[in-house]
Amino acid sequence: MSAVTPDQVHDDHHHHGPTGLMRWITTTNHKDIGTMYLIFSFIMFLSGGVMALTIRAELFQPGMQIVQPEFFNQLTTMHGLVMVFGAIMPAFVGFANWMLPLMIGASDMAFARMNNWSFWLLPVAAILLIGSFFVPGGATAAGWTLYAPLSVQMGMGMDLTIFAVHIMGISSIMGAINIVVTVLNMRAPGMTMMKMPLFCWTWLITAYLLIAVMPVLAGAVTMILTDRHFGTSFFNAAGGGDPVLYQHVFWFFGHPEVYIMILPAFGIVSEIIPTFARKPLFGYASMVYATASIAILSFVVWAHHMFTTGMPAATQLFFMYATMLIAVPTGVKVFNWVATMWRGSMTFETPMLWATGFIFVFTMGGFTGLICAIAPIDIQVQDTYYVVAHFHYVLVAGSLFALFAGAYYWLPKWTGVMYSEFIGKLHFWCSIIFFNITFFPMHFLGLAGMPRRIPDYALQFADFNALASIGAFGFGLSQLIFIVAVVKCVRGDGKKAAASPWEDAQGLEWTVPSPAPHHTFEIPPVVK
Amino acid sequence: MNAQAKDNRRLLVRLGIAAVAMFGFGFALVPFYEAICQVTGLRNILQPDVVENTQVDPTRQLTIELDANTHDLAWRFRPTQNTVDVHPGQLVEITYEVTNTRDVPITGQAVPSYGPQLAGDYFKKLNCFCFEKQTLAAGETRVMPVLFVVDPKLPNDVNTITLSYTFFEVEGTQAQKTAPGGRS
Repeated sequence: MSAVTPDQVHDDHHHHGPTGLMRWITTTNHKDIGTMYLIFSFIMFLSGGVMALTIRAELFQPGMQIVQPEFFNQLTTMHGLVMVFGAIMPAFVGFANWMLPLMIGASDMAFARMNNWSFWLLPVAAILLIGSFFVPGGATAAGWTLYAPLSVQMGMGMDLTIFAVHIMGISSIMGAINIVVTVLNMRAPGMTMMKMPLFCWTWLITAYLLIAVMPVLAGAVTMILTDRHFGTSFFNAAGGGDPVLYQHVFWFFGHPEVYIMILPAFGIVSEIIPTFARKPLFGYASMVYATASIAILSFVVWAHHMFTTGMPAATQLFFMYATMLIAVPTGVKVFNWVATMWRGSMTFETPMLWATGFIFVFTMGGFTGLICAIAPIDIQVQDTYYVVAHFHYVLVAGSLFALFAGAYYWLPKWTGVMYSEFIGKLHFWCSIIFFNITFFPMHFLGLAGMPRRIPDYALQFADFNALASIGAFGFGLSQLIFIVAVVKCVRGDGKKAAASPWEDAQGLEWTVPSPAPHHTFEIPPVVK
Repeated sequence: MNAQAKDNRRLLVRLGIAAVAMFGFGFALVPFYEAICQVTGLRNILQPDVVENTQVDPTRQLTIELDANTHDLAWRFRPTQNTVDVHPGQLVEITYEVTNTRDVPITGQAVPSYGPQLAGDYFKKLNCFCFEKQTLAAGETRVMPVLFVVDPKLPNDVNTITLSYTFFEVEGTQAQKTAPGGRS
């Protein structure tokens, strides 16, 4: 440990607690918990991916080949739920756990024991969710949005899903509270709010969004539960309720939720691009304000998900303009990233490739989002593959690509070993090519009128669907390359990483040795 | 360090309260939604309509066809007359008769619908049994009125309006349910 700075030396005799499995079950260390979050989310990513590939296999040809329609509906529903609540969100929480204390110079998260609890709730929820495939009637098939009245009528798989959503919601809220308290109260001396790395800012704002909307989702599914079993009529028209009310409550949660899944991605990209452009981030303050504006606006746009439910023209116009307004702060961010790159000494190591790919493909998803925001067009493309293409461009090419960018960027810090640049680049190029082969044709399918969530389709859609299915299998298999890259690092197969493996990386996380010792910043660093 | 822990705990409690409050907010959206619908007139099926124009147009005659249905409900439900001829603007009262054929009291709610659909905007009900839940004792029979005016602004190509009511069993009573998992 020659690279250890003086204030870390006494931390070397770590691990006082149990060893083996019990170490992981009882750990309160933010790095251990972050690692568990990341492993959990990757496992969920693979299981959601298997569901997606089953869907694409069925859609490879017109007609019914592989699965029954009921099971197909369960697959589309569970694919969405698993990817949103099991893969993307926990992965970002994993990044927050690992990196936030390192970035702000804190020794750990504010509530270490609660942190352990919020992680260990997740496997329980995952078992409930995945296990619902095996109960009579199978998993819920109401779509990931769990719309009433379908969700009020489903079998017991729906109840398991409701409980899983409750548990995941509690986990997210505890995680979010932990992050807010850590960022607000635990910063090292001299680390003012406006000196924080942007990743801390985006996560702080995301955490506030989580605290505001996860309880609303919990309320919505609780209403479904009582409608199902306790004779209430929140969404039951016969009892004076209204199914459209569910959509309002759900999307009041649902739209901030999409920013919960993308704001931390913005943060990761804002860390990576300055490093590899060797310039400070352009317009730091405007990035902070843009993030905050996106978060605030996200509360007043929810009904653009429901333009076809029959609302007055004035309401449609309001939600349409409010939605388009979000393009302004988002545009500020994209232009700031591009301006950061402008005249920088850029190199394209794997994290930078992913970050640049993120900007390119995410912006395409943003533009299709603007098109969907226009009410008369949305009425045309609603529930078609155009929408599927749009949200996969922002969620896969947005959130997921940023997660990979961050994983390669901080992998040397986590494992102490440089990943193989060749494997990383192979992973990137395979992913971005197959991603576009999969999802770009879906725009055409949607514009031609192919409805989503249907296991069969008319013959004229056959070619594009075959193409999308080939791309999907290519994309799915490409993700196995990531496992190779990570396993090589974990086994120490590669170049030893220096404390700051990147040439010009800024930030406190690069001042601790690689791999980061079990305890860091027990004595807070002083930020000038 | 103790001051830090205290600060952290205070913030934890505040954020926890915010989360619980937002859970309540989710439920508060329910009456809020109903209020918005009522104010904007989007879904005021439980409120009497306001009639502005009571000028009877004797040159036009409309046929109102009356229909009655029940949904999973052991009630006998029928209009006392099948059709009624009215002039636009004319105040008309019709009646429906409903009988609870079960040996337990049941509460039901009637929901109207119209054919053609656009006629619903011109069919102004001043009084209707569908404005509130109806609770019928075991074996009770009730004759219930509907007082309505058809707005003279009704488009000229509409000569017949079908008024159809469906009675649903209301929350809580569920006397109808014999086995769980049944159609509901």
